[in-house]
Amino acid sequence: MAERELKRKSAPARTETEVIEEAPAASERGEKIKAELDDLMDEIDEVLEDNAEEFVRNYVQKGGQ
Amino acid sequence: MAIPKVCGIETEYGIHAPGGDGNPIAASSVLVNAYATEAERRTDWDFEDETPANDARGFTREGSLAPVVETHLANTVLTNGARYYVDHAHPEYSSPECADPLSCVLYDKAGEEVLRRSMRAAAHVYPNAPAAVVYKNNSDGKGNSYGCHENYLMDRAVPFAKVAAAIVPHFVTRQIFTGAGKVGAETAALDRSAVTFQISQRAEFFEEVIGLETTLKRPIVNTRDEPHADPRRFRRLHVIVGDANLAEVATFLKVGTTALVLAMVEDDVSPPRDLTPADPVRSLHQVSTDLSLARPFTLSDGSTATALAVQWELYTAARKYADHHGLEVLGSDEVGEQVLQRWEAVLHGLEQDPSTLARQLDWVAKRRIVEAYRERHGCEWGDSRLAALDLQYHDLRPSRSLYARLGMERLVDDEAVASAVTTPPADTRAWFRGQCLARWPEAVVTANWDSLVFDLGTDPLRRVPMMDPLRGTAAHTAALLEASASPAQLLERLSA
Repeated sequence: MAERELKRKSAPARTETEVIEEAPAASERGEKIKAELDDLMDEIDEVLEDNAEEFVRNYVQKGGQ
Repeated sequence: MAIPKVCGIETEYGIHAPGGDGNPIAASSVLVNAYATEAERRTDWDFEDETPANDARGFTREGSLAPVVETHLANTVLTNGARYYVDHAHPEYSSPECADPLSCVLYDKAGEEVLRRSMRAAAHVYPNAPAAVVYKNNSDGKGNSYGCHENYLMDRAVPFAKVAAAIVPHFVTRQIFTGAGKVGAETAALDRSAVTFQISQRAEFFEEVIGLETTLKRPIVNTRDEPHADPRRFRRLHVIVGDANLAEVATFLKVGTTALVLAMVEDDVSPPRDLTPADPVRSLHQVSTDLSLARPFTLSDGSTATALAVQWELYTAARKYADHHGLEVLGSDEVGEQVLQRWEAVLHGLEQDPSTLARQLDWVAKRRIVEAYRERHGCEWGDSRLAALDLQYHDLRPSRSLYARLGMERLVDDEAVASAVTTPPADTRAWFRGQCLARWPEAVVTANWDSLVFDLGTDPLRRVPMMDPLRGTAAHTAALLEASASPAQLLERLSA
């Protein structure tokens, strides 16, 4: 537990300059993540079962263990 | 002294044959029989050998006759030491015995590959049967659940009541990293109108703390006593409370942390305070539906804790245990250390921002795409497209699997998985079982977990007991097998 608390405390110990420098990089990263997710959602739209309602309705299983 | 945590995972797969007659036993039998007759015999399995029509499942081939399937034959033991059969109207793959959690991940993934090959084999062997699709999940969203069970080797000398009491806190809270995620709720245990997404597929199906049942009134701790090994020395803890994971990190942690907590029980090491919830079943349900991971529940001593806090206390006790006892019980210090490091990292991630674990944990990965889909299409909760998304996350076909598209972190590579489909683990008795089946398939008439029965063409049948899961390894038997030109020679040497 002591080790964990130490790690938590170490997080805010950055200097202000570092925080400012990090800002644009973080937003770039954010853009990249968003673009990746958009591509992924395009792909999912393509492969998702056409008739979701029927697909979900027909997926009935016998209970198992 | 804790004994090595030999482990395995058995998975009942969901199965759906669009356009079929709706008989899941027949559909499951088609898969198992097709694999047994085709895939296992073809050592040079051709990955390119897929018929394009095979991927376009979902149509009815009208006028064709369903194949006659001998359901009683749909039970086979594979050369990797696994059992593959039809159970409760589902195809089930029971992995071979594994000596460490990473090996368990490998053989669990090999199981997925067996099911994928079965779907392809079925198209060859039974071209007129409706093509079945296999899902690695635990519920149909309509109140029917099927299991993914873990097994751990335990020392018979440790009283079961002690094991049961000690493991409950872990089983209630480990779902925060083992949960496979689910859109909505489907049993009377939860308020279906209020639950939009939950962490676990299985949690809401549990109604008791401890018991023998597996199909109704499911208990958090299952009391089945069937060691499949020397009953004087061993117990097999049969765990039914887990979700089937596709994420390798989730499977690794599910098995690794549980094995570690069980080893601690055997060595009489426990966290400083009793972490048992006052109402374990209720807490199990609550943890599954608390996406904030912040809601505390009451412990039996009247204090409160969140699932994360309980996991931190278990982790801290496990770290201390490892420092004193080492981690050989998890197969090796190296794999054990990986379990501890992953465990800590995942708890940190869950504490700070669960979305950072979208490539490690199933429920986080699924939630991410469900939320993104809602935003993109403006869906309300309850929209069947979200339920479809949930189901299709678990579809094993590469052409349809959503899981396969998410860039999830791997712990084992495709080459190793392909090899594990036909090769047993070298460090448990599964080695001897699988090797005998590969060498002399005609002579082995029955293969069980704890014995092989040979027919040498002369009376009587010869039974070889394998009562210790850690004997019959490659180290023990490779030379013996190499030196035996026939099963008769093998048995002669064994009895010498």
